[in-house]
Amino acid sequence: MSMQTVFLLIPLASLAGAVLAGLFGRWLGRAGAHTVTILGVAVSFVLSLLVAKAMFLDGMAPWNGPVYTWLVTEGIRFEVGFLIDNLTTLMMVVVTFVSLMVHIYTIGYMHDDPGYIRFFSYISLFTFSMLMLVMSNNFMQLFFGWEAVGLVSYLLIGFYYKRESAIYANMKAFLVNRVGDFGFVLGIGLVLAYAGSLDYAEVFAAAPSFADRSIEILPGEPWSVMTAIGILLFIGVMGKSAQVPLHVWLPDSMEGPTPISALIHAATMVTAGIFMVARMSPLYEYSETALAFIMVIGAITAFFMGLIGIVQNDIKRVIAYSTLSQLGYMTTALGASAYSVAIFHLMTHAFFKALLFLAAGSVIIAMHHEQDMRRMGGLKKYMPITYWTALVGSLALIGFPGFSGFFSKDSIIEAVHASTLPVSGFAWLMVLLGVFVTALYTFRMFFLVFHGEERMDEHTRSHLHESPWVVTLPLVLLAIPSVFAGLLIDPIVVGDFFRGVISVAPEHEAVRELAEEWHGVGAFVEHGLMGPAFWLAMAGLFTAWFVYMRRPALADACARRCNLVYRILVNKYGFDDFNQAVFANGAVMLGRFLWRAGDVFLIDRLLVNGAAAVTGWLAQVTRHLQTGYLYHYGFAMILGLIGLLGWYVIV
Amino acid sequence: MSFSLSSLIPLLPEILLAAMACLVLVVDAFLSDERRAWSWFLSQASLVVALIVLWRVAGEGSLLAFDGQFVLDRLAGLLKAGVLVLALVAFSYSRPWLQERGVFRGEYFVLGLFAVLGMMILISAGSLLVLYLGLELMSLSLYAMVAFMRNDGRASEAAMKYFVLGAIASGMLLYGMSILYGVTGSLDLMEINRILLRAGQVDTAVLFAMAFIIAAIAFKLGAVPFHMWIPDVYQGSPTAVTLFIGSAPKLAAFAMVVRLLVEGLDTAQHQWRDMLMVLVVLSLLVGNLAAIAQTNIKRMLGYSTVSHIGFLLLGFVAGTGAGLAASLFYTLIYAIMALAAFGLIMALSRKGFESEELADFRGLNDRSPWLAGLMLLVMFSMAGVPLTAGFYAKLVVIEAIVEVDLVWLAVFAVVMSVIGAFYYLRVVKLMYFDKPIDEPVPARPVDVEVLLGGNALLVLLLGLMPGLLMTLCRQAVL
Repeated sequence: MSMQTVFLLIPLASLAGAVLAGLFGRWLGRAGAHTVTILGVAVSFVLSLLVAKAMFLDGMAPWNGPVYTWLVTEGIRFEVGFLIDNLTTLMMVVVTFVSLMVHIYTIGYMHDDPGYIRFFSYISLFTFSMLMLVMSNNFMQLFFGWEAVGLVSYLLIGFYYKRESAIYANMKAFLVNRVGDFGFVLGIGLVLAYAGSLDYAEVFAAAPSFADRSIEILPGEPWSVMTAIGILLFIGVMGKSAQVPLHVWLPDSMEGPTPISALIHAATMVTAGIFMVARMSPLYEYSETALAFIMVIGAITAFFMGLIGIVQNDIKRVIAYSTLSQLGYMTTALGASAYSVAIFHLMTHAFFKALLFLAAGSVIIAMHHEQDMRRMGGLKKYMPITYWTALVGSLALIGFPGFSGFFSKDSIIEAVHASTLPVSGFAWLMVLLGVFVTALYTFRMFFLVFHGEERMDEHTRSHLHESPWVVTLPLVLLAIPSVFAGLLIDPIVVGDFFRGVISVAPEHEAVRELAEEWHGVGAFVEHGLMGPAFWLAMAGLFTAWFVYMRRPALADACARRCNLVYRILVNKYGFDDFNQAVFANGAVMLGRFLWRAGDVFLIDRLLVNGAAAVTGWLAQVTRHLQTGYLYHYGFAMILGLIGLLGWYVIV
Repeated sequence: MSFSLSSLIPLLPEILLAAMACLVLVVDAFLSDERRAWSWFLSQASLVVALIVLWRVAGEGSLLAFDGQFVLDRLAGLLKAGVLVLALVAFSYSRPWLQERGVFRGEYFVLGLFAVLGMMILISAGSLLVLYLGLELMSLSLYAMVAFMRNDGRASEAAMKYFVLGAIASGMLLYGMSILYGVTGSLDLMEINRILLRAGQVDTAVLFAMAFIIAAIAFKLGAVPFHMWIPDVYQGSPTAVTLFIGSAPKLAAFAMVVRLLVEGLDTAQHQWRDMLMVLVVLSLLVGNLAAIAQTNIKRMLGYSTVSHIGFLLLGFVAGTGAGLAASLFYTLIYAIMALAAFGLIMALSRKGFESEELADFRGLNDRSPWLAGLMLLVMFSMAGVPLTAGFYAKLVVIEAIVEVDLVWLAVFAVVMSVIGAFYYLRVVKLMYFDKPIDEPVPARPVDVEVLLGGNALLVLLLGLMPGLLMTLCRQAVL
């Protein structure tokens, strides 16, 4: 089997599963549907591993080429093609692995759901779309994948389509992503306009030729083309990867079933933006303005979204805000040109965040779909496997030394510290304080759920038990990389894993400094124990323990004392209210105005009914011309003849 | 000038038809009422035989007879075949209708055969005289057919109007022809063309003659303001006659335009295109608007004919070969659609209930989904809904007109066809969305059933695959 066939099979296997389950699910039945989709994704995963082996161990050269030409117009080719290098391969493995885990987990989680088959079809379709996105070698296919994952995300957020809040949430996700995609597609258009191609390799090769050119977006305000491209594409990222201020859809997306929150809204889809920026590094390196913009947005997201996590009571929402915050970390790393670090954190985060979500899902199953942490507590003794895996996930999330999150997050902080961008000082402060916040909300959740008094009602308590193996197996399998994936820091960050894939301008070599000070994993851990990040994390952990375990009254007291801060956080800084009031109501009002003035008055009354009325009137007039008298008829003929004669003969 | 019998070969179909018409006339006189079907059968047989003979006679190039006065070219072949087939189908549709009303008499078929003969002569005319001969043979037969149910007051009125106005039109035509003869000294159309070409400049007298000729043509086609007879005759005639008048004669009229204007007065092309343009604009406007205000479907279809004539003439206004082919295509499609529409009206009627009013079509879908479906197809096609032949026909004429940069005219035509869509769709609305009237759909003989279905489906088929017919049209006008 040639390598090209393998590449083709990887997305198509998932697609086949999705199509079979989606179109023929009725005949396949529930077991049939989950068998075909899991088989499809398993094939994708195994083949991805094969590719990874060939790439990483056997040193296969990167592969770049088209597999299908869709259309050619004015010299621009629209193709389906694959670019398989280390970055792609890493993403493929992560995506297919998490997807496979989620597929298995779903058997348990969705066990009693009437939409079982539909769900499997969707998540397989998602896997296909995501693979198309990461494997693409051109902007057209990237956009296809980008929109396709968005579509599946939309479908899955609204999975419980009879629930009003779910419909609200998926519409919100859809609309907010439209805003992002607007920028994204403009960015692609700009790339096409200046590079004359949609192919990555050709665009990157052409980049130096238009790096110095400028474009007037507003009259009299010349912008560097690269800055415009970078920021426009990043607006797409802000939508897809939920960066402030386009982050508002992600917390609401928790309306979807939990496996989806793990797969799409934590591990894979939302990181598509991070992947895209890393992929576009040859373009972003030309614009410090764009990088600084990215860094500021990322840093703000990392810190302020984490803060909201502290006041949430819904277990899934806490993790959702945590995801926002972690995405902010990755974005900040991108801004510091530490693309490899961002991808590294993307990978570790995919493992431990999927783990946390699935663990939360396990808790939710046990609690009979109760998600409010105030009605949980003391679950440790009922659900040991969930407890220990959740602990692993939490420690990885707060960056406890030795766990995967530690390596990636510390690298980010170091890289931001080493960055020379003017905004790096602010960003560094944000990500550093973010560590404390992360530890605080993470262990607040952990303690509230697994420790302390049992606050659930008697009925629920009597039914508490550990989840079935299809649920716990993925937890255990995800816990393993959550611990050990950090060790990959050696090749990925400090090694030359991304040579030829990610390009970094000499003046942005933050990662190089990291590499120069690299003395092995042990030294890194040792160094981490000395650094402020570790102590901030410990402080956060301790605070959580003290406030929520020792003095539960303290939390309420705090909330009362700092009422203003508390209210701001609970209202999520007012983004939702603002959007609702200005954009949603504004749009409704504008729509109503256009409906009344434009549609009803101008079109319906004046144009449509008006034209009809005039026509009807003319018809009546015309009708009366036909009198029925023969001499009138003859007269009309004579008149016609005279007209013809007069017009052409006399004149 | 030598004469041999073999030079009559191109006329064989006409000769045969003339003989057969006389034969039917004689035979019919000796038949009792129960055996009247023989007249019908003989008439149909003569049409079929004429068709076969035509098939054998018509060749690749053009055949001339009587020293060029009779022309059998590709255009004539195609149009004559069309006329014969249309007449054949029309006779089939008419038989049960006539039988039920007790007017199943030989006259209808004899007159019909003579009308067909007239059309065929008109189509093949190579000189002004032959053209006039054919035209009058056709017209006189048609006048008589309209008056054929002589106890019906409306029919008599319609026949009278048709006859008087037709006489005026004939007078105009003759006047124009005589001037033309005076200028050129020839009756032969080719010769006239040659002489005018040699003269170079277009003489005012020629234009004068042309105005008269166009007036007569416009009358035959039914273009505004020479259309007044159409609604009255369409409504007043027995439906079986309307069916006949509404279909085959349009082909003959098309030939008349080609013979007189395109072949005879080619030098004045610029002027007749302008004159026709005025007729087109008026026809589209008046035809579509007046049709909206009608309550009688036969009358509505009469006005719709006027608007279709406007479309048909668009191709001549374009003046190009493509325009001519488009016009020919439009004519053929229009004749097929009209045949189906009137055929359906007849199929729905019975003695005492003519199913002529629009209101009679209410809820037809509940009464007979099959006929309602066929009517839907025909109405869609007349309105120019895509996938039907009517759409393609409109498309090709508009394409032709756009190609000569008359975009405003194309836009006007499209706007008018949008207005026209209203009254066609109203029929559809009545059939599908209104409460059905309490009137059972009468049973139909097998041949009518098959022909009617085939006729309406042909409208769809030609819309999906217009290529073959379009190719024939292109070859015919080259």
